[in-house]
Amino acid sequence: MHETDMTKALILTVRDWWESQPKPPEISHIHLIVGQFTCVEPASLQFAFEVQTRNTFLEGATLLIRETPLIAFCHCCQQDYHPEIGVQYACPTCRSPMEDIRSGRELKIDRIEYAVSEKPEYNKVTV
Amino acid sequence: MHQTFDAALEINLLHANQEGADHNRAHFDEWGITCFNIMSSPGAGKTALLERTLAALTNEFKIAVIEGDMTTELDADRLRQYHVPVIAINTGRSCHLDSKMVSGGIHRFAHEYNPSEFDLVLVENVGNLVCPAEFEVGEHTKIALLSITEGEDKPLKYPVMFQAADCLLITKMDLAPHLDVDVNQIVANVRQMNPHVKIISVSAKTGEGLNVWFDWIRSQIQPNH
Repeated sequence: MHETDMTKALILTVRDWWESQPKPPEISHIHLIVGQFTCVEPASLQFAFEVQTRNTFLEGATLLIRETPLIAFCHCCQQDYHPEIGVQYACPTCRSPMEDIRSGRELKIDRIEYAVSEKPEYNKVTV
Repeated sequence: MHQTFDAALEINLLHANQEGADHNRAHFDEWGITCFNIMSSPGAGKTALLERTLAALTNEFKIAVIEGDMTTELDADRLRQYHVPVIAINTGRSCHLDSKMVSGGIHRFAHEYNPSEFDLVLVENVGNLVCPAEFEVGEHTKIALLSITEGEDKPLKYPVMFQAADCLLITKMDLAPHLDVDVNQIVANVRQMNPHVKIISVSAKTGEGLNVWFDWIRSQIQPNH
């Protein structure tokens, strides 16, 4: 269940950013990009996120995961193709092996949506 | 009154692990050590392969082992019989080694031994075809094992592991006559996604293919020794 570790990494990274802000913002959404050619299962990540953010500065924040498809580039055919995970990775046209992965390996925190209270006496919540 | 904003982070989730792996690799390079990360499903024969490897090569190279295991030291004890340093790391509930755990092991190793005297560190990862593929530990070379009893389809089902491997050992070849498994199909399935991987068929029981494996190890050792 390495999604637990991935989620821990996610929370620590976001916390670094959160603590670096002049006023601690209220984070509403975290946008994550997860490639289909990784060992990460979005549903497990979503579950781990809900559990691990309880009673933290991220309580109530929504995790939005965008999956990117596996796309490879075939140098023989000079074109992109979509390998079928679990079935066939070679180029469907010329059978050249999958060598150049163009999409599908992403595991990235893309962006954060947040709100900042204009009241100066905002209390910083500690984790 | 609230104002909403958007901040672009674009940070890799495995950033911290990657930094740790680079740190470990820098230590190995400084000491002139080559590091292998050895991965497979549970029971594919990692420890048996290491036993044969240590028995054959400890006269030629100075070798240490970092042994990842969820809860026990059973594998570590098997390897200690070959009189090499074996640093055991219990990963607890975690199903893979990460660079931070291995870093702890490396620092213990460097404290107890003179690392500059060593040529090769073999990291035996936790048996698992999924998670270890995503967590680099500072290795120079990734070794995957697939025992012939696991069948032809495993590279297709666990592609991230087999796509990243520099060397694939097909193990337990002595069982091939008893099975309806086509080794050529295993090779073809791996080559679809990893055309340049070195593939060696071995049996730790009969010794088949081990000399090819040992020669390949010799070709990977850092030359500054």
